[in-house]
Amino acid sequence: MILIRAIGLTLLLVMASLLPSSAAEADLRAVIAKFATAANFSATEAVVRELAATSDPAVEPPLSALADGNLYIRKADSQVFVGKDAGDGIDLLDPLSGEKAASAAKTDLTKIKVNNGLRRVIRDALGTLTLRATDPAVRIAAAATMFKTPDAANIEPLDAAIAAETDASVKALFEQARAASLLVSDRPEADKLSAIALIAARGDRDAVSLLTSVEANSQGAVKDAASSAIATINSTLALWDAGQNIWYGISLGSVLLLAAIGLAITFGVMGVINMAHGEMVMLGAYTTFVVQQVIRTSFPGLFDWSLVIALPLAFLVTAFVGLAIERGVIRFLYGRPLETLLATWGVSLILQQAVRTIFGPTNQEVGNPSWMSGSFDIGQLAITWNRLWILVFALLVFGVLLYVMKRTPWGLRMRAVTANRRMAASMGIRTPWVDALTFALGSGIAGIAGVALSQIDNVSPNLGRGYIIDSFMVVVFGGVGNLWGTLVGAFSLGIVNKFLEPYAGAVLGKIVVLVLIILFIQKRPRGLFALKGRAVEA
Amino acid sequence: MRGNFSTITKMFSAGVLAAGLLTAPAKAADDTIKVGILHSLSGTMAISETTLKDVMLMLIEEQNAKGGLLGKKLEAVVVDPASNWPLFAEKARELISKDKVAAVFGCWTSVSRKSVLPVFSELDNILFYPVQYEGEESERNVFYTGAAPNQQAIPAVDYLMSEDGGSVKRWVLEGTDYVYPRTTNKILEAYLKAKGVPAEDIMVNYTPFGFSDWQTEVSAIKKFGSAGKKTAVVSTVNGDANVPFYKELGNQGIKAEDIPVMAFSVGEEELAGLDTGPLVGHLAAWNYFESIDTPENKKFIDDWHKFIKNDKRTTNDPMEAHYIGFNMWVKAVEKAGTTDPDKVIDAMVGVSVPNLTGGYSTMMPNHHITKPVLIGEIQADGQFETVSQTPGLVMGDEWSDYLPDSKDLISDWRAPLACGNFNVATGKCGGKGTN
Repeated sequence: MILIRAIGLTLLLVMASLLPSSAAEADLRAVIAKFATAANFSATEAVVRELAATSDPAVEPPLSALADGNLYIRKADSQVFVGKDAGDGIDLLDPLSGEKAASAAKTDLTKIKVNNGLRRVIRDALGTLTLRATDPAVRIAAAATMFKTPDAANIEPLDAAIAAETDASVKALFEQARAASLLVSDRPEADKLSAIALIAARGDRDAVSLLTSVEANSQGAVKDAASSAIATINSTLALWDAGQNIWYGISLGSVLLLAAIGLAITFGVMGVINMAHGEMVMLGAYTTFVVQQVIRTSFPGLFDWSLVIALPLAFLVTAFVGLAIERGVIRFLYGRPLETLLATWGVSLILQQAVRTIFGPTNQEVGNPSWMSGSFDIGQLAITWNRLWILVFALLVFGVLLYVMKRTPWGLRMRAVTANRRMAASMGIRTPWVDALTFALGSGIAGIAGVALSQIDNVSPNLGRGYIIDSFMVVVFGGVGNLWGTLVGAFSLGIVNKFLEPYAGAVLGKIVVLVLIILFIQKRPRGLFALKGRAVEA
Repeated sequence: MRGNFSTITKMFSAGVLAAGLLTAPAKAADDTIKVGILHSLSGTMAISETTLKDVMLMLIEEQNAKGGLLGKKLEAVVVDPASNWPLFAEKARELISKDKVAAVFGCWTSVSRKSVLPVFSELDNILFYPVQYEGEESERNVFYTGAAPNQQAIPAVDYLMSEDGGSVKRWVLEGTDYVYPRTTNKILEAYLKAKGVPAEDIMVNYTPFGFSDWQTEVSAIKKFGSAGKKTAVVSTVNGDANVPFYKELGNQGIKAEDIPVMAFSVGEEELAGLDTGPLVGHLAAWNYFESIDTPENKKFIDDWHKFIKNDKRTTNDPMEAHYIGFNMWVKAVEKAGTTDPDKVIDAMVGVSVPNLTGGYSTMMPNHHITKPVLIGEIQADGQFETVSQTPGLVMGDEWSDYLPDSKDLISDWRAPLACGNFNVATGKCGGKGTN
């Protein structure tokens, strides 16, 4: 009897501890349970709005999970859980406490569908809920959302948040968001005018976007203030646009430089018309893909280092292939440019088809390490990390190559052979080996260019095709045989191209650049920096 | 004794029968029906077309396992036009004249289709064309199993205009510079203007094939989108250029909630080369998605994985188009009782076969088929999730109603009209599209 009572008591206790700790939580759970019965997007949206209306910070985890497509319904009992991918199945977490409740196979769960409209609603709701988050980055995101979706109802929570905010930069963002909301409210005109001044000080596209809609929906002094603010911002933005074009040009130039720099050696220094140059770039990109595949399956922790690991491997692989091509084909064809052109064209087709047979014709996914994703702002200039790193990398490769050519004994031999082959041979230089190694160097550099280009272009057997023409253009324009010419050529072509593009469009812009180069070559057949002396006549 | 004899006779006749059965397939092998496959296996288009060659081989193998067609085995004849448009015409001629194929399944780009058209009408054979295209064409010898603009582009724009799609007011039409995007954008521009969108709210931009530096274009889209009105991008960017385009969108932080991109040429295959994490919510309009949950589709995907021996390979819309087209051809041949192209062409109209999205597709008199239109959002796993679907099937409209020089044209290949560009205003056959 006592035993039974004891058991009963324990059971009661256990049940009590399992029960929600407060009535509010029980209410929230009841609302969350409604997700299971929501038949379409608008029904789900109604549930989201109901959750958001509670203003309880506890609803943040299930709402973010919903926005990320991680909210599931268990088919067996229609319970709602936050899902977390756990290899073969999915871990089910309690939507409010975040504790692991169970795990299930994917087939036993129904994912709650979201669309863009729903994601927007959730983002807006989260904006208000996360104003007091402890992480400043979350608060900044909240301010940004509220700025983009102004609502008179936001003013009060923002006022409270501004009063409690200690971080000055976050506080400024809150004030801007408050100003945006103020403009759509029915507050007095004087408040609105100062709000416009505050927003105009932001000076970015979001401010223009907001003020344009204010201008369209208001009269009198507010309308005038908005239009003059737009005019001021637009004139500053025009200057930033010019700056942005220069940056885009430099960035395109760095890509051209990377693609062309290997060719500057094989074509520029050695005089071999190497149509398989693009395929060396492609092989480098595929090496990156293979390295990432191995890292993904065996050492997932090293993913951010995958590019660094791929660099030397890509250099070795392509240098070896280059060496094989030189020894196998090109060395029999020195001095016969037409045959070289055809033979290397054939080699390029063979390499393309070989890669297609081994890896398949479809694109391969090469991931961006975290340090190469996203962008940052300088003033109104958005600079993407991957472009910045590629620029740094291109200059680094250029610097190293220049050092090798000018300051090492090997570079000296290379230049000696190019300048006067017979003299170099009689000085005891083994010219065939210098040829082979120079070609391998050029190919290897094309390979490491491929590692970088895999980050911005798609990795497919056709990758090299897109770069071969541009590479020749850069080398010819810059001056055959001159590395500095290649550098200046790449950047000037990039910048000219990017300045033409906004006005002429990408298609016409490219044509204009090509025509300009043809005219330039008519005037200066040896390019920007022509080599002088005996090497030219040889 | 007598009993014994009869047993021996029985055994003997059974033996003859068995022998006859055994030799029958061997005899049929000399007398096969040849099916031509005209897809690029090398060059730029190999990325998309190789898969279609494989799916055709799979369908033919399955049909043979079911006992072939008209008691004969099917034999695939594969040629490689190497992404070279004039070579398409040469290879088509070779398939029809030399190999004597009964029908050809092939082409991807519009220019390759245009290049083979004269060959097919001259030698009177059949082409099944499986890719969404710009319309403005209807040929007697071609069956279009991909989407016409009204089966993809127009419903997609309608979705974006609707409340579910975000009530878009400003439009960027971004495309690769060739015939499909140019014609589609012309139709869309006319359609948007008919819906009351002012000209200053439409931006049209073209980039070259294989374009890889999207910085200027993406920042122009950003700028165009900051006019205080909801903006969307309608992308007809083709093939390889898509990966750098989406990477740049992701890096410049354009989110689908702010400026969604609706693509007509991005399928599961294209996404396979991308980290789709930053792209969740961008859209695509197709008539088929791999994620469609129907028993037919599940079987198709399983068969495909088994055939290609790789369970990571995706399926896509043009593959479904070939699935539908091949089954329609099989049915029409059975109906006509012959593979003679003339009779099969007449038998094709009205043929109805199951598609992979749980319904039936029917061949219409204009040689286009009926299809459902699906709008999908890109998911983090590289698949699409259907967010909208037309309530019924949409019939392919070859001559757009929104272009002034084609709105009066209709096509009906049944007797007695038998005309691909009949002008209802003048009551005459001929006009646009007549060479």
